[in-house]
Amino acid sequence: MQILKPIGSSVLAVGQTVGEMISLLCEMLYFFKEAPRNLTSIFRQMSIVGIETLPIAMLVALFVGMVLSVQTGSELALYGTQEAIGAIVGLSMVKELGPVMTSLLVAGRVGSSMAAEIGAMQVYEEIDALKTLEINPVRYLAMPRLIACLFAVPALVAFAMVVGIIGGGIVAEVNPKIGVPFNVYYENMTRAINYKDIIKGLFKAMVFGGIIAHVGCYVGFKTSGGARGIGESTTRSVVLSFLLIMIANYLLTRFMI
Amino acid sequence: MFSDDKSNNGGFLGNFWTKVAHGFSPAIIEGETCQIYHEGSNGVSIEIEKLNKSFGDHHVLKDIDLSIKPGETFSIIGPSGTGKSLLLKHIVKLIDADSGRIIINGHDIDDPVARKGASDFRYSMVFQSSALFNSLTVGENVGLWLREKRICAEVRIRRIIQEKLRLVGLEGKEELRTSELSGGMKKRVAIARSLAMNPDLILYDEPTAELDPVTSDELARVIMSLKDKVKLTTIIVSHDLNFALYLSDRVAMMHDGEIIALGTPDEIKKSQNPIVRNFIYTTTKGIQGEGD
Repeated sequence: MQILKPIGSSVLAVGQTVGEMISLLCEMLYFFKEAPRNLTSIFRQMSIVGIETLPIAMLVALFVGMVLSVQTGSELALYGTQEAIGAIVGLSMVKELGPVMTSLLVAGRVGSSMAAEIGAMQVYEEIDALKTLEINPVRYLAMPRLIACLFAVPALVAFAMVVGIIGGGIVAEVNPKIGVPFNVYYENMTRAINYKDIIKGLFKAMVFGGIIAHVGCYVGFKTSGGARGIGESTTRSVVLSFLLIMIANYLLTRFMI
Repeated sequence: MFSDDKSNNGGFLGNFWTKVAHGFSPAIIEGETCQIYHEGSNGVSIEIEKLNKSFGDHHVLKDIDLSIKPGETFSIIGPSGTGKSLLLKHIVKLIDADSGRIIINGHDIDDPVARKGASDFRYSMVFQSSALFNSLTVGENVGLWLREKRICAEVRIRRIIQEKLRLVGLEGKEELRTSELSGGMKKRVAIARSLAMNPDLILYDEPTAELDPVTSDELARVIMSLKDKVKLTTIIVSHDLNFALYLSDRVAMMHDGEIIALGTPDEIKKSQNPIVRNFIYTTTKGIQGEGD
């Protein structure tokens, strides 16, 4: 019986976390109706998620596209099929690498900072202060972050797709082992990608954005235990976001194929 | 679970564009008057009956019975870890009790129907850590409730902010960041933020914690002057005995989750309860209570 006790506790803890996360999500969705009166806050969050993350997201996407091109292109060249590099890089960036890599980057940069900021507010009684000021913390803090992520992450991903494809194209042309002119690369890429692929990629990004904000806010609200607790929340938000993004990516890919 | 929204902001479709306009501007209501904003405070009566709270096996609050009159300044003293702050958090509904009732102005705060009837009073709390929002300036902190509730024109909100900051001796400090403030100033901004609601009940959680004696004295004078100017019910939780005795109409002493003494400052000073006597002796650094 002693063996069953920790198993039961773990199951209950997971069940409680899932229940609380669903409850928070419902509350955030409920407060969408208050979005028009929180536009300043939503745009501030959009600026943090989108504009401030844009340079690093572009840099990461550029190198991801370049690495993909150099790795795949040199292998394709062995069989004389290197012209297909445009289609491969394009499809990879639009369907998988653009949404997933950018979302992981946002989870690490923005999701962790959301957890830390809200966590610090929780520890230093600012959330309690909001409640005594009759201000709902979910409406004031979480809802603007969720809306910002839902729109800013797909926008970031759209940029990342373009920059990654351009990076791949530059390497394909410049690298002597591949030697595919940019116009050939571009033609192959546009022939392989259709609008549905782009929309699916952006939809994935929207879901991942929602996961990042949801996890960041949830972990922040559940923070306790001072500075150490804030640090642990930051780590927990990144790990949980990564995990949920990967699970969601598989499920979305499975059902969107 | 995460929040308890007491606000009612109306329907979505009815005033959508008004809300959109509001989303970009702090307030669009014209004129000098404020909606739902009574200028005077009335004070409230509080009855606490058999309140209990446990965390696991630790029984923190044990059958607390307390009665506080409208307009009274009431202090709860006692050593750290006796449940004083926890009791305050029950009164402002930040924590739910395991059993017992809290009745404010005749309405049980746990009864949703009765609570609606009691919504004509406002309460606010000054936290031990001040709990100011670092991303906002002093003025924005003080005006946060007014701007969020959107019940006044911006001109009027600015006037209220100036007025409340003047009450706590911080006039002209609206534009300062909270990081530029000393501990005592933060406490006073937190008081001004609470006063901006024109509360009928204000609760102070360890207002002198982390403050030097001079700043504590200044803070005591601020609270004392408020007591004269604004007729609100005040509850102070403190382990600073002198501060509590100086400000309060009545004082309760808590020990191990129970109220062991209750009376006027003079009655507390003359108490023959050994725990009270020991507390007075240790907190006044060896100066014996009256009656020794």
